[in-house]
Amino acid sequence: MAILITPDTKVMCQGLTGRAATFHCGRMLSYGTKLVAGVVPGKGGRTHLDLPIFESVGDAKAATGATATLVFVPPDRAAAAIIEAIEAELDLAVCVTERVPVLDMVRVRQALAGSRTRLVGPNSQGVLAPGIGQLGVMSTVDARRGGIGIASRSASLTSEVVLQTTTAGLGQSTTVGVGGDPVHGLSLADTVEMFLADNETEGIIVVGEIGGSEEEAVAALVGARKPRKPIVALVAGRHAPPERRMGHAGALATGGAGSAASKISALERAGVQVVRDASQVGTTMREALRSSALAGS
Amino acid sequence: MDLYEHQAKRLLSAYGIPIPIGEVATSVDGAGQSARRLGCNGFVVKAQILAGDRKQAGGIRFASNPTEVENAARALLGTKLVTRQTGSRAARVDAVQVEEQIRTLDLLYLAITIDPQTGTVVMLASRAGGDDIEVRASTDRDVVHRIALSLDGPRLVGDFDSAAKQIASEPRIAAGLVTVMRNLAAAFIGSDATLAEINPLCISEEGRLYALDAKVTIDDNALFRRPELARLKAERTGADPDELEAQRHQINYLKLDGSIGCVVNGAGLALTTLDLLESAGGSAANFMDIRTTATSLDIAHGFGLILANPAVRAIYVNVHGGGMQRCDTIAEGLGIALRKVSRRVPIVMRLAGNNAAFAQTVLRNNGVAYTAADDMSDGARLAVAAVRKEAA
Repeated sequence: MAILITPDTKVMCQGLTGRAATFHCGRMLSYGTKLVAGVVPGKGGRTHLDLPIFESVGDAKAATGATATLVFVPPDRAAAAIIEAIEAELDLAVCVTERVPVLDMVRVRQALAGSRTRLVGPNSQGVLAPGIGQLGVMSTVDARRGGIGIASRSASLTSEVVLQTTTAGLGQSTTVGVGGDPVHGLSLADTVEMFLADNETEGIIVVGEIGGSEEEAVAALVGARKPRKPIVALVAGRHAPPERRMGHAGALATGGAGSAASKISALERAGVQVVRDASQVGTTMREALRSSALAGS
Repeated sequence: MDLYEHQAKRLLSAYGIPIPIGEVATSVDGAGQSARRLGCNGFVVKAQILAGDRKQAGGIRFASNPTEVENAARALLGTKLVTRQTGSRAARVDAVQVEEQIRTLDLLYLAITIDPQTGTVVMLASRAGGDDIEVRASTDRDVVHRIALSLDGPRLVGDFDSAAKQIASEPRIAAGLVTVMRNLAAAFIGSDATLAEINPLCISEEGRLYALDAKVTIDDNALFRRPELARLKAERTGADPDELEAQRHQINYLKLDGSIGCVVNGAGLALTTLDLLESAGGSAANFMDIRTTATSLDIAHGFGLILANPAVRAIYVNVHGGGMQRCDTIAEGLGIALRKVSRRVPIVMRLAGNNAAFAQTVLRNNGVAYTAADDMSDGARLAVAAVRKEAA
C-alpha cells in the first residue's frame, strides 16, 4: 500500500475556486483522486468543478466523509486554514502554499502537537501515490506504481528521481515532498519511518539539500533502526557558494549541522548509500535492491 | 530581510532595550558632524554590513575625538570587507555607525531564533558573549542556555526568570536581564523576526545593560503585514542590480565566478547542476532557479542576464518540466532571448518531464541551435567540453 493515502481516501480542497487550485484539482480528478468537496468561506452551497462547496472544513467532512485536505489558500490565511483542518480532526493536510510566514507555522506546529492530523508542507509539491491518487501540483507523466518510496525536500529533484526510478523499472509506492520552508509538518525522518513500516515499499530514496538538519535526523533514525530495506540518498549543494551569515544564533541553535559534508558523512556512517552523480539515483537503487535480495536469499 | 546594525538597534530601542547613543553616517564629514553632535568622551566607528565578525576584519574602530572619527570613517567607507561571515562575496561599506563607547565590565550573549528541528522559537543566552561564542560553545555545552519559548496569543512567553538568575548572579543585573529578555521577545514577535541577536549585551561600569551590537532578520514572507519594515526593504541600496532584475522576473539568480551559464527550474535541481558541473571539471557562472510562476518573457530576461555576462562561454539548460512549469515555456523563453540578443555561445539542453518532446519542436521552430544531452550528468560533461573547445 502507499503511505498517507489509499484508494479510498476522500479529499477536500480548501481554496478550490482559486485559479491555480482549479487547474491542479482538475488534474487531480482526471488522475483518479477521490476529490469530493471544496471549502471556500462565503461560497458555501455553490458547486465548482462539479464538486459541492462548503463554508467550513467541519461541514465538508460531515457531509462527504472526506478525511484529507489539500490546502490551496493564500499565504496570509494558510496557517488558519491548516489549523481549521487540525481542529476538524482530519487525518491528512497537504499545503502547497508558498511564502507562509514562519511564525504562523510555529503556531501550526503548536496546534499539531497531540492532534491526529499529519501535515505535509507548506511549500510542498504534495503527495503522489502513482495509480492511486495525487494531492498536489506535481507532474505525473513519468510516475509508475512500484516499490520505491521517495522522501524529498525538493520538488524538481523529486520529478527527476521519479523519472529515474521509472526508467530503472522500479516505479514508486509514494512520493512525499516535505516542503521547502524551515518550519513544516512531516519531516524527512518521519516520512522514512512511514516507508520503513510500509510493506509495499522495498527501497527508500531520500532527496536532501544543504541547510537545516533533517538529513542528520534521517541518519540518526537509520543508525538506530538498522533497517534491511536499502536507503539511497542524494544531497544537493556540495558545491553551493558559501552563504553570508548573520551572527551566531543559527550555528548555536543547530549545533553545526547543515553543510553538505555534515549530512553526507552522517548518512554514510548510518549505512545510507549517498549518490554523488545525481543522474545515477535510479540505477544505484536498482543495484542496492539486487544485492539486498541476494543477501536475503 | 537582514537589517543593518543601526536599523536593528533602532528597532530594539523602540521596544525598550537600551542602546548606546549614536548616529549613522554615509560620508567622512557626516561622521565628524555626528561625533561633534554626540559629544562623547570616546567613540566607536562601525562598518555597516550585513554580516558579523567585523572586529577581526578591521570593521570596528575606536576613536577619542571627532577628528579620529573622521579618520576611521575615511578608512572604512567605500572599502570592501571580508569577514568569516560574508560568504562568497565581500561586503561594501556604504555607511558607518558612530556611537558612544561604553566602558564595559562584562559581555553577555542573548538571541532569539527559530529552531527548525523542533519548529519552535528558542532563546539562547550566555554569560560568555563576544565574537568567539561559537568556539566557546563547541568546547563547553553549558556555555549557552536554551530557553524554550511558546506563542501565547500575541505574546511570546518563556521562563526568563530562572535563565537570568543562572547567567547573572547579582539580583539587580538579573532583573535588568529579565526585562531585556521580555523586550527582545516582544520585538521578535512584533516585527515577525526570524533572528534577533544581541552580541554583546554588555554590563557597563555603572552596572547598566546595553545592546552594543544587534542583528535582526525579518521574515520576508511576513512583510505584507509589517508595512513600516517593508519600507526599509524598498529603500535598500547596494543589492546586485542583476539579482533584483531577476527577482522581478520570478527568477532567483546569483552570479558566481565560473564560465557556464545555468538555466534551471527549481532550487534543488539548480544546486545539483552546480555539483554536476564541478564534478565534470567545470564551474557555473551563476545559480538560477526559475520559479513556477515565470512566463516565457520572464525566462527570456533570465537568458538575457546570462548572455550579458562576458565570462559565460557556454549555457547549460537543465530543465525538468513539472506540473506548472513546462519545458516548452522555457524553450519559448530561449527563442525570445535569442531574437533580442545577438551574442551566441554553445547551448547544451537537458529536457525532461512535462512537455519535453514538445519543447524540442518549439526550439526547432525558433531556429535555436543546441546540443541535446541524454541525462543531466551527460549535459554537464557536454557543457564543460563546449567551454574547452571554445578556449582551444
